[in-house]
Amino acid sequence: MLSTLLPEFKIERDDSRCIRCQVCVRQCGFDTHKYDEDDDAVYAAEEKCVGCQRCAVMCPTNALTIKPHDYGYRPNANWSKDHFRELSRQAESGGVVLTGSGNDKPYRIYWDHIVLNASQVTNPSIDPLREPMELKTYLGRKPDKIEYDPETKQIKTEMPPQVMIEVPVIFSALSYGAISYNAWKSLLQAAKQAGTLCNTGEGGWPMELREYSNRVIAQCASGRFGVDVEYLNSASIVEIKIGQGAKPGIGGHLPGEKVSSDVSLTRMIPEGTDALSPAPQHDIYSIEDLSMLIYALKEATNYEKPISVKIAAVHNAAAIASGMVRAGADIIALDGIRGGTGAAPKIIRDNVGIPIELALASVDKRLRDEGIRNQASLLVAGGFRNSGDVIKAIALGADAVYIGTAALVAMGCTICQKCYTGICNWGICTQDPYLSKRLNPEIATRRLVNMVKGWSLEIKEMLGGMGINAIESLRGNRHHLRGVGLEQWELDVLGIKGAGM
Amino acid sequence: MGNVIYNNNGSVEINADGLFYKDMNKLIREYILAHNINKAKLTNVYGQRYIGTNVPRPIKIDVYGTPGNDLGAFMNGSTVEVYGNAQDGCGNTMNDGEIIIHGNAGDILGISARGGEIYVKGNVGYRVGIHMKEYKDKKPALVIGGTAQDFLGEYMSGGILILLGLGLKENEKHKATFIGTGMHGGIMYISGKVDQNQFGKEVGELPLDDNDKALLSKYIGKFATHFGYDADEIMKRDFIKLYPKSLRPYGKLYAY
Repeated sequence: MLSTLLPEFKIERDDSRCIRCQVCVRQCGFDTHKYDEDDDAVYAAEEKCVGCQRCAVMCPTNALTIKPHDYGYRPNANWSKDHFRELSRQAESGGVVLTGSGNDKPYRIYWDHIVLNASQVTNPSIDPLREPMELKTYLGRKPDKIEYDPETKQIKTEMPPQVMIEVPVIFSALSYGAISYNAWKSLLQAAKQAGTLCNTGEGGWPMELREYSNRVIAQCASGRFGVDVEYLNSASIVEIKIGQGAKPGIGGHLPGEKVSSDVSLTRMIPEGTDALSPAPQHDIYSIEDLSMLIYALKEATNYEKPISVKIAAVHNAAAIASGMVRAGADIIALDGIRGGTGAAPKIIRDNVGIPIELALASVDKRLRDEGIRNQASLLVAGGFRNSGDVIKAIALGADAVYIGTAALVAMGCTICQKCYTGICNWGICTQDPYLSKRLNPEIATRRLVNMVKGWSLEIKEMLGGMGINAIESLRGNRHHLRGVGLEQWELDVLGIKGAGM
Repeated sequence: MGNVIYNNNGSVEINADGLFYKDMNKLIREYILAHNINKAKLTNVYGQRYIGTNVPRPIKIDVYGTPGNDLGAFMNGSTVEVYGNAQDGCGNTMNDGEIIIHGNAGDILGISARGGEIYVKGNVGYRVGIHMKEYKDKKPALVIGGTAQDFLGEYMSGGILILLGLGLKENEKHKATFIGTGMHGGIMYISGKVDQNQFGKEVGELPLDDNDKALLSKYIGKFATHFGYDADEIMKRDFIKLYPKSLRPYGKLYAY
């Protein structure tokens, strides 16, 4: 069948710069570049290019420019380039269009419409370079009240399990299987060095990496891959994954070709079979059932670890979150519509769920109104790009932020959205040994730690500017936020005033 | 309430009447650690959950009464024998060990099990054996004496599921429909009347070969021993084998 698809990217090769070194030929896992010996020239099959920029970065003479193809079709606001492409792909295959990473549609990004406050004259700002500044955060259920015994001078209240993080930024659930071993190991190492946590995702946890245990959130998802008592007890937090922002309401599906022998061992399934994660957890059809699994995990881990429950941010997130807390969840994790994925149907990624800003504000408010906000920590995820987004989320009520895509970008990802193909020229989202060895875990770790360090410094600067010396004092403090260019209903949901008010 | 009789022969008897599950399971742990018991007898069990989930090392647990949900969830090597019926979620994500139920069991028996064996004398509920797994020699096995409700062996990606249909009347069919929907690994053996239209579209049907018979005889032998049946009589029954037609049932669903 003749494909009606035009190339997505245009490759411009400056022949005066090209030295025929063929780096581009070797670097492209999609076989875009080909060297022709007879012509002594490199040619490009543009239709294969995904725009990941690997060749352009690696080209020693900067001879390559990769840019989005400028289609010659008549401009049409309704029928965008994406609609054309997806429909053609389906007409040619009859399948569900897949994609990777987070929603790229222009839904309103509320972080870009929220501004922070700073101290001027009436209260002094703090200089974090010379004064103590606290970013430490404790995750877990907090007691309703603290009882003190004046006789023994001891606190009588038994504290539920808490997990300390040095900075309120956690590496989100990226499973081994979806991402390469090197990428996974880098996240673990970086979490340890930066004093934060790393979520295993649902693909299990290789035995030789269990030494990082005090910095790991182990996920228990509907596929239950690699889940046993030792796995659960190796972690500092156990997370029940109900849903994910990129694909609320549907299950996961690691294609058989990505189930290599190592992945098969870690997931405890036969090599080459599809790793299917059912859409629901079939032991959870209600809040009562959720409670059953939460307490099964608490029982299995001796009541020593906080249990987190992660859901996709959907319309009734606030009511669901209230039920989750009452079911015994110590941590609520919310993943918004811009949350990433290794593979999801594009139609779901682009159309299902709500922005994390609105979900966070409504969940935090609901829990406070019901007087149960202290009973669970609130983690939020879904498209966080920088420390500004993080600090705004904390002022809206979050305890900490999950970052997935940002962490991948720190390691070298260029968000080409081809994660579902199993080919990743940056060695991150692939199980191909030739590609995955491109990611040096030591360098990737350093890049991740650098990012977290940079964000912490920025968060301290912004906190100090507001005259606050502990992140704890900003949490849920929406007076420090103002909206710009938002409608009244949006300000109401966010619980903030418009700028100038 | 909750009185405990400790026998010096390495066993403890706990009267679970009125005991909260957390306290009951903690008592078992304490007796294992302090007295090195290898057997616990629980009497008057009324709905206590997570029996056998968290024990410091594998032991034998006898349950008299009706245990609660998630019996043996995440269990790792213990043997639990229930003289009564089990509820939902029995053997949830079990790794190793044995569960023997002298009665019926509820929904999602053996969900996501990775290993171990479960024997049920009577009937079982919905979605039993869903998403059981296997890895190399580690295969969970589920043997059910009676019949099962819908979605038996759904999403099965490994393990062995045996449905004997012993309680069915003449010409009475098994209850389950959508048997093996989404199955992409493991194997299922069914005795008793069942129609083609009760199967999910991902399973195929085959007659038994010698390997199948050897496997069946191993598990049916144990089943018969547990519940006082004649294994040879059961082996004389007709069996069919259901297998997953593809290891990748959804491989062609997507446009790349």
